[in-house]
Amino acid sequence: MSDSTAAKLQTPWRLTSPGDLETLRNDIIESQDPNRPTIVVCHGNGCLAGGGAKVAEAFRQGLSDAGINAKLMPGVKTTGCQGLCSRGPLVTIQPHGFCYQRVQPGDAAEIIEKSVMATEPVERLMHRDTKTGEVFHTEEEIPFYRLQERRVIQKIGKIDPTDITDAIATGAYSSLAKVLSTMTPQEVVLEMEKSGLRGRGGAGFPTGRKWRSALQAIEKKGRPVYVVVNGDEGDPGAFMDGAIMEGDPHAVLEGLIIGAYALGAEKGYLYVRAEYPMAIKHLEMAMAQARSYGLMGENILNSGFSFDARINRGAGAFVCGESTALFTSIEGKAGNPRPKYVRSVEEGLWGRPTVLNNVETWANIPLIMGMGGEEYAKIGVPHSTGTKVFCLVGKVENVGLVEVPMGTPMTRIVEDIGGGVGGGKPFKAVQTGGPSGGCIPYSLKDTPVDFDSLTKVGSMMGSGAMIVMDETDCVVDVGRYFLKFLEEESCGKCIPCRLGLSRMREILDNFSQGKGSAADIEDLTSLSNALKDGALCALGSSAPNPVLTTIRYFKDEYLAHVEDHKCPAGVCKSLITFAIDPEKCNGCMSCARNCPAECITGKKKEPHAIDASQCLRCGICLETCKFDAIFVS
Amino acid sequence: MNPVGTNLEEIMDRYPGEPEYLIFLLQDIQSSYGYISPESMQRVCDRTGVPLTRAYSVATFYQSFRLDPKGEHEIKVCLGTACHLKGGQRLVDELERRLHVEAGGTTEDMRFTLNTVNCLGACAISPVMVVDDEYHPSMSVKKMDRELKRLRHEGEKEVGNV
Ligand SMILES: Cc1cc2nc3c(=O)[nH]c(=O)nc-3n(C[C@H](O)[C@H](O)[C@H](O)COP(=O)(O)O)c2cc1C
Ligand code: FES
Repeated sequence: MSDSTAAKLQTPWRLTSPGDLETLRNDIIESQDPNRPTIVVCHGNGCLAGGGAKVAEAFRQGLSDAGINAKLMPGVKTTGCQGLCSRGPLVTIQPHGFCYQRVQPGDAAEIIEKSVMATEPVERLMHRDTKTGEVFHTEEEIPFYRLQERRVIQKIGKIDPTDITDAIATGAYSSLAKVLSTMTPQEVVLEMEKSGLRGRGGAGFPTGRKWRSALQAIEKKGRPVYVVVNGDEGDPGAFMDGAIMEGDPHAVLEGLIIGAYALGAEKGYLYVRAEYPMAIKHLEMAMAQARSYGLMGENILNSGFSFDARINRGAGAFVCGESTALFTSIEGKAGNPRPKYVRSVEEGLWGRPTVLNNVETWANIPLIMGMGGEEYAKIGVPHSTGTKVFCLVGKVENVGLVEVPMGTPMTRIVEDIGGGVGGGKPFKAVQTGGPSGGCIPYSLKDTPVDFDSLTKVGSMMGSGAMIVMDETDCVVDVGRYFLKFLEEESCGKCIPCRLGLSRMREILDNFSQGKGSAADIEDLTSLSNALKDGALCALGSSAPNPVLTTIRYFKDEYLAHVEDHKCPAGVCKSLITFAIDPEKCNGCMSCARNCPAECITGKKKEPHAIDASQCLRCGICLETCKFDAIFVS
Repeated sequence: MNPVGTNLEEIMDRYPGEPEYLIFLLQDIQSSYGYISPESMQRVCDRTGVPLTRAYSVATFYQSFRLDPKGEHEIKVCLGTACHLKGGQRLVDELERRLHVEAGGTTEDMRFTLNTVNCLGACAISPVMVVDDEYHPSMSVKKMDRELKRLRHEGEKEVGNV
């Protein structure tokens, strides 16, 4: 790198043309030595919670201990979620791409010695196939990554999200430069229509069509118009929007600025869930850096177009993910939804035309502008174009972030990429769409995962959570869980939602205690219909879905609860008993010592017994027994 | 000594005095003091011109606002879907029993506040418990007991075993 390039990179300079951006990008690339070893430590939520920060620190310390020659000094880089969260903390060594899993601080020295100073793998920390024992060295080899098609999350886990130059080196803001210098706002909207992109926040409304109606509304009502990012991600069990905002905040910003240009908006808002402090921090840093490079703010790239945005932190209300509630919340009020006689594109934030899109939707826009709408529409299937990022969680080997083209069969995601539930058993069901979605049984495992196919089987795409359940998960319990969640989150303004949800939850409470009758299942269905027809917003009208789909596919399990008073999965507390297998119990007394009800008795080294009448069914004995002697029936 | 008043004004100055900044102010106060006292609520209303009743309706609508002081330690248990399937509720039940508080409450001695959250984005290591912002992965009741014991012990040491 020449000294002048180094100096230029020291301080941000205001870019005044697409050519400037290109020059900057080349300078950054030129300044990076492709052979310089880099230790890439995942700082996604899962890996951080598992100790990722301590691992990064150990590598920094290890490098300085090793006293490596300054010229070749390897770097430590921290990134957003690398994807395979269940095997974190994850570390990748570049340029060879060795992938290390479950790395502990104590492993740093060995990895530095073998894979950083030399090019030797440390196989004990590498991905091992649970079935075949095969060891995989790099992402390209590991099936979890190899079978994905990463586009939206391509850079996540690769770039340092707190450093705009890292993003620019990989092409960030080049679509924005192209749009500002070669396209009219009308052409941008046309390209969006051609792409066929449908909103990733749940309902799947075509984004191009939304923008088009916003343009029509602006014609009638004039400006200002607002663009808004929905980063509320309320679905409990989904973290892809959080991972995008944390791992590649510039993708969201670039999409938002392009949208603002298409609609002529000067101001935007990012509404981000309060539980994601890191997403808020990274977005704030990204905005500050984008402003200092002239990519946001006044007269962007000297195109004459100005735009700025601000972040609103959510305050813990699921309903605020709903568009009208979100707008009221940004206005500083309680986030109550309002009836949608008037569409938000006409009357949204501050009563003005407003375009609200989901985080992942916005992050798709630079891709579309980069490759063109027609090319984009070739990815996926005809009515669901592009890819979708899923959060694969629950009873599955590989928990993490997965991106595949729309229309990919469920089994490919759960079994091939996710590695199945483990032990070679089939999964019981997959819940998609969170509290508004439904449970898809194993018999429908080949269902293509796209908007229309999921709706056809009674579920929905939702935001992208995919919760895998095995035979130890009870569908009545899951139905009850979602109803309870929605009952607590309902704003209480409309009666179907306020009372209907409580009544449905009561019925399921009874089921979980073995009470009720088959006739209650009819009641659940009719209440569901009342909610679907009468609720004010989609929180209520989609709330029955988890219950309806489980009744549809697992009616026997409901009947087992009310008629046989049994919970086949062994979950519903009132219907199960804990007992000790005298053959397996060796009288270690560990369960008796830990039992909070003190209802386990027996002499040392002799089989113990549980007094079922006193048992709280807390399951602590099950957890403490090392000999598998406790069973649930 | 009342911490309110020392830098409440500094928080007030962060935003323009307009109704749309009500939530911003409440959030900043909450993160500095752990809760929103009647005095600070009054101050926010004076600043933004929002009527007191409206401000309370906002503060009670959103789950993240507290109107009473938080305990010395905050224990949060995730009850998102992944954590629920892996036994998050059991952790809450056991914590409620051990601490003699309901979720959302604070123990009488002001040592612990027990809260639940919906998904922290760390579903891979569910069930997750967070103590004062430190994550505890794959929690079991046994591990939870150990942590509780540690926290209690720590407190005793600090007050010199009174
Ligand atoms: C109760 C409720 C909660 C919602 N939560 C979210 C959310 O967390 N994130 C999101 O993007 N969309 C959410 N939505 C959907 C939004 O209302 C809206 O359709 C979406 O943000 C539009 O963006 P899109 O077209 O890009 O999907 C929610 C809807 C409802 C009814
Ligand atoms: S469900 Fe608990 S972290 Fe996601």
